[in-house]
Amino acid sequence: MKKTFWQKLSAWHKGDYDFTLKTTDHVDPQIIHEYTGKEHTIQALSRKERAFSGALYNVLCVLFCLILIGVLLGAVVSLPPHGNAENPAVNEVMDRYVEEGMQETGAVNTVAGMILDYRAFDTLGESFVLFTAVCAVTILMKNTKRTAPDGTPLPMVVAPGIVDYSKDNIVKTVSRFLIPFIFVFGVYVLLNGHLSPGGGFSGGAILGSALILFSMVYGEDRAAAIFSERLIKTVVLVSLSFYAIAKSYSFFTGANHLHSIISQGIPGRILSAGLILPLNVAVGFVVCCTMYSFYMYFRRGRIQ
Amino acid sequence: MLTSFEDLWTHVADNYIVIVSIILFGIGFTMLLFSRNLLKKVVGLNIMDTGVYLLLVSMGYIDGRHAPIIANGITDAANYINPIPSGLVLTGIVVSVSVTAIMLSLIVRLYEKYHSLNLDEIYELRNKEENT
Repeated sequence: MKKTFWQKLSAWHKGDYDFTLKTTDHVDPQIIHEYTGKEHTIQALSRKERAFSGALYNVLCVLFCLILIGVLLGAVVSLPPHGNAENPAVNEVMDRYVEEGMQETGAVNTVAGMILDYRAFDTLGESFVLFTAVCAVTILMKNTKRTAPDGTPLPMVVAPGIVDYSKDNIVKTVSRFLIPFIFVFGVYVLLNGHLSPGGGFSGGAILGSALILFSMVYGEDRAAAIFSERLIKTVVLVSLSFYAIAKSYSFFTGANHLHSIISQGIPGRILSAGLILPLNVAVGFVVCCTMYSFYMYFRRGRIQ
Repeated sequence: MLTSFEDLWTHVADNYIVIVSIILFGIGFTMLLFSRNLLKKVVGLNIMDTGVYLLLVSMGYIDGRHAPIIANGITDAANYINPIPSGLVLTGIVVSVSVTAIMLSLIVRLYEKYHSLNLDEIYELRNKEENT
């Protein structure tokens, strides 16, 4: 009955033996036969076998990672020199984006013009990725059982009282001054996305962090009363539909659409680059609401 | 091409950002494989992501040029770095945030069911559950 490791390996190769079915506890073969209808092949792992398989896994892990890092480091030798203008990554696409981007999209910030005009559908997809993630987290976190089948309460994900910043005087006083500034900075980054570094994603993340700080310091109940589930749903859905409608005009007007209407961006003037600003604001709202709802779901299990 | 040892050494020293990103990738990957704690696996995946973003962004950099924000009316492409990798990394960051959130919520559900974050223990408990 006792097999060596290599015999087991060859049996596994033929399909007669299953490593994963092994458990660390003794199992009654009769029960397994009743449930699976198969002759029982499950044996309890001995302590030695367990230690051996664990050690083997660790050794193989280290070897594999070292080999992978070695191969990747070896590949550095055949890379082109770093920061060289002759590199293959610097091609006519980049020239086109930088030289014609301001005329065609109106954005002074080439990255904003690229992601919100040339590749606007890509950014719409990103916003929907965030939306889908919020939906998935909602489904997973909303129906969590807080009690075991026999009625005893399970330990909470974050036990109340362990992380309670609302009782901390220093954090509370500092945050009272800090939150308005974070909000203003977030709005600045959001509204200047087409003129300076920043844009919808970074501005939205800053606004979301302000909301998270607010709900940490002033308590989740107060935050949930202001930013209700209904409000967040409305903001996200209106932003996503506005983005989708604003960018779908090219389906109707063809590829060469509305060039003359989009005004050119002027550094220092917020209302200057046509559609880029409203699209940035829409993306920013989606990101902000996503960050805030992630926090609330993990902290509270619900938004309300 | 690289002929002497000095050439190789200067090449590697020029590409130090790539090497740092490979090391970050390796740290994250090792953590992903080695750690049995699910939360640490998520942290490892995020470190791996960071390495990839660093590599991508550094590929768009060109020595002595400015950020791709048109300044002083100069629209010559020889004055600015490559904006495309920056946009790609933006996409990557959004996807990694979403994936992290979904993984963490799955871990919360697993913890509520098995009261453990250790992958081995969860496998054992699940096998026991299936066998009885």
